[in-house]
Amino acid sequence: MSLKQCEGSRAVAEAVALCRPEVICAYPISPQTHIVEALGEMVKSGELQPCEFINVESEFAAMSVAIGASAAGARAYTATASQGLLFMVEAVYNAAGLGLPIVMTVANRAIGAPINIWNDHSDSMSQRDCGWIQLFAETNQEALDLHIQAFRLGEELSLPVMVCMDGFILTHAYERVDMPTQAQVDAYLPPFVPRQVLDPDEPVSIGAMVGPEAFTEVRYLAHAKQMQALELIPQHAAEFRKIFARDSGGLVRPYRCEDAETIVVALGSVLGTIKDVVDEMRDEGHKIGVLGVVSFRPFPLAAVRDALQAARRVVVLEKSLAVGIGGIVSTDVRMALSGLPLPTCTVIAGLGGRAITKASLHNLLHQAQRDELEQLTFLDLDGKLIERHLQREKQMRRSGPLAENILRDVGVVAARIA
Amino acid sequence: MPFQPVKFYQTGTFTVGNRLLAPEERSVQANMQRTNSLNSGHRACQGCGEALGARYAIDAAMNASNRRLIAANATGCLEVFSTPYPETSWQIPWLHSLFGNTAAVATGIAAAMRAKGRRDVRVIAQGGDGGTTDIGFGCLSGMFERNDDVLYICYDNEAYMNTGVQRSSATPPAARTATTMPVGPEPGNVFGQGKNLPQIAMAHNIPYVATATVADLHDLEYKVKKAIGIRGAKYIHIYVPCPLGWGAASHDTIKLARLVKESGLFPVYEAEHGVVTSVSRIRKRVPVEDYLRLQRRFAHLFGKVPAVATIARIQAMADHNIRKFGLIEEGADR
Ligand SMILES: Cc1ncc(C[n+]2csc(CCOP(=O)(O)OP(=O)(O)O)c2C)c(N)n1
Ligand code: SF4
Repeated sequence: MSLKQCEGSRAVAEAVALCRPEVICAYPISPQTHIVEALGEMVKSGELQPCEFINVESEFAAMSVAIGASAAGARAYTATASQGLLFMVEAVYNAAGLGLPIVMTVANRAIGAPINIWNDHSDSMSQRDCGWIQLFAETNQEALDLHIQAFRLGEELSLPVMVCMDGFILTHAYERVDMPTQAQVDAYLPPFVPRQVLDPDEPVSIGAMVGPEAFTEVRYLAHAKQMQALELIPQHAAEFRKIFARDSGGLVRPYRCEDAETIVVALGSVLGTIKDVVDEMRDEGHKIGVLGVVSFRPFPLAAVRDALQAARRVVVLEKSLAVGIGGIVSTDVRMALSGLPLPTCTVIAGLGGRAITKASLHNLLHQAQRDELEQLTFLDLDGKLIERHLQREKQMRRSGPLAENILRDVGVVAARIA
Repeated sequence: MPFQPVKFYQTGTFTVGNRLLAPEERSVQANMQRTNSLNSGHRACQGCGEALGARYAIDAAMNASNRRLIAANATGCLEVFSTPYPETSWQIPWLHSLFGNTAAVATGIAAAMRAKGRRDVRVIAQGGDGGTTDIGFGCLSGMFERNDDVLYICYDNEAYMNTGVQRSSATPPAARTATTMPVGPEPGNVFGQGKNLPQIAMAHNIPYVATATVADLHDLEYKVKKAIGIRGAKYIHIYVPCPLGWGAASHDTIKLARLVKESGLFPVYEAEHGVVTSVSRIRKRVPVEDYLRLQRRFAHLFGKVPAVATIARIQAMADHNIRKFGLIEEGADR
């Protein structure tokens, strides 16, 4: 065990390096930059060898380079966030369809417009159905650990894996992490043996065109592989525990759920804040617990149902919005609970980096305990601002750009406009 | 690699197949041991210039690389006609990913080979003019700029053939496509647009850029072989007539490829580090009209009232190329 005080990004970079990647290719975007800067430095200084670090002209190229490298049998890694992830989307789907076990860190960040660099989960959630495995880290330690598990899982299944960690909140936070040794990682992660590889000695054609006669079967197999991941993820977590002597990963992570009447479901770093609130409310006598979802894709329907079914109500707190319906994770949770008489509320929180405070959570969860929570709540929504904007819209045919008007109301640009 | 007996070879031209030559002077295709990298039996149209160009280019590359070759392929006719699942015409390791990312995918393959110490394996990327000049342009420019060890081959049939003959930025002026309709006073693609990718490639100062046509396959093979021998980014732009998209007779593919060069419309040359190092001189100069008349995409130029001015503008383009690249020896013509 070697404890190390470092930035989350640095912890992830070192974990990735311990996994012996052979090709790293990324395009800078906040808050992902520190990860690839650190890896670039390790490669260029010769500390990480043999490994190629490719500087590309876009995220689309970054994912494409990873695709080529992975298909040629190299362990490939990239990282991105937000607009970068959207810019590479076509290739993201392609990596999954081709069954290439690329590992990618998503340093979660909001998607514009309006442009916003702060954390929420809109970016990776937009790739919900792309065929990648998606694991969400709660802490920097878990982010580090999940990367090691991601390579193992992806390569065993021939599927790409996204490790999602909250931008800034985790990536830029200095924390103590337990950095594994190379020997530990080598014991856990065998060398990459591709299922199918571009090799002049045994030529194969990869990426052929498939028509209606087999496309459904191919897609079904993609689904079936994710179902296999549901089995593998807990096994891998158990093995991880043996070698690294700590708990990390798994499908879900329940906290004080046993006798809980209200259970909050959430993903990522906000779980820490929620756990504090849960502890405080437990002290006040409220029976309340929290369920962290580590594996968002595949979504562990059975594990979620098991963890929640004894509760009286469920609150899903999520950092992204499915515009026009509400929550993204909530839909999956409701599916897990289908048939159970368990009221489930959606809380949209922390969009674009808005702080999720303990005070707000206390308030929210007390409301939940009293069964006063609405089906869909936007945490800390400024009603007055909304009202003013709606008024303005009524008066004018064209109200102008929404974000700018709201900023004016907030007073940020008042001086300039006057 | 499984050995496929050679089924036919081309005779009657200056180019290949002449087995009367000494073995070292023979072309790749005249060799009984040639690889047939792109097998016959694929679904290209009859007379497809792209299929012909790809077969010669890849066989030459296989020969030059000692059969250590991996190819990335963009979406387009070549990909679709050669790999309808579960069949494949490729005898080489071959990967199709997307329409716009072939150059970057090839960069990834080359990086993997470097990381694994496989210096012997050579990497090719290939795509149509659409995949090259339009959607894949960014990735291609990035590959050039980094000087990645990849040979990129563009098969230029001057439009998006795979999606039904729409204009690309390599479509010549006045040519009709599904998106440059023959309406208004100046039908067909407009003048003054388009990208000259060989010249843009040269502007990246990469080690090797060449143009070629399927009319001179020996020259094509020579250029591919040379490119494979060079480390760094290489670009070969091959002119490949498309009978279907151009409204030309299948048996005119080679003729069209010869006429485009002999008219000066498509200069055939080599450039190293941004400087032209050799040009293929015009043997017997022809007016552009000879070339244009064989194709229905230009039929509107030859109606009841011939579009004299338009033809003259196209001729001026050819003349400009001839002057710019010195395609005719001083005093040899006029
Ligand atoms: C992102 C994207 N946009 C559009 C297409 C549709 N598409 C497939 S092939 C093609 C045109 C190919 O043209 P070109 O590269 O010139 O090759 P050709 O078929 O002419 O050989 C298009 C537009 C696609 N596959 N992907
Ligand atoms: S459409 Fe043109 S390029 Fe495509 S296969 Fe037919 S002839 Fe070849």
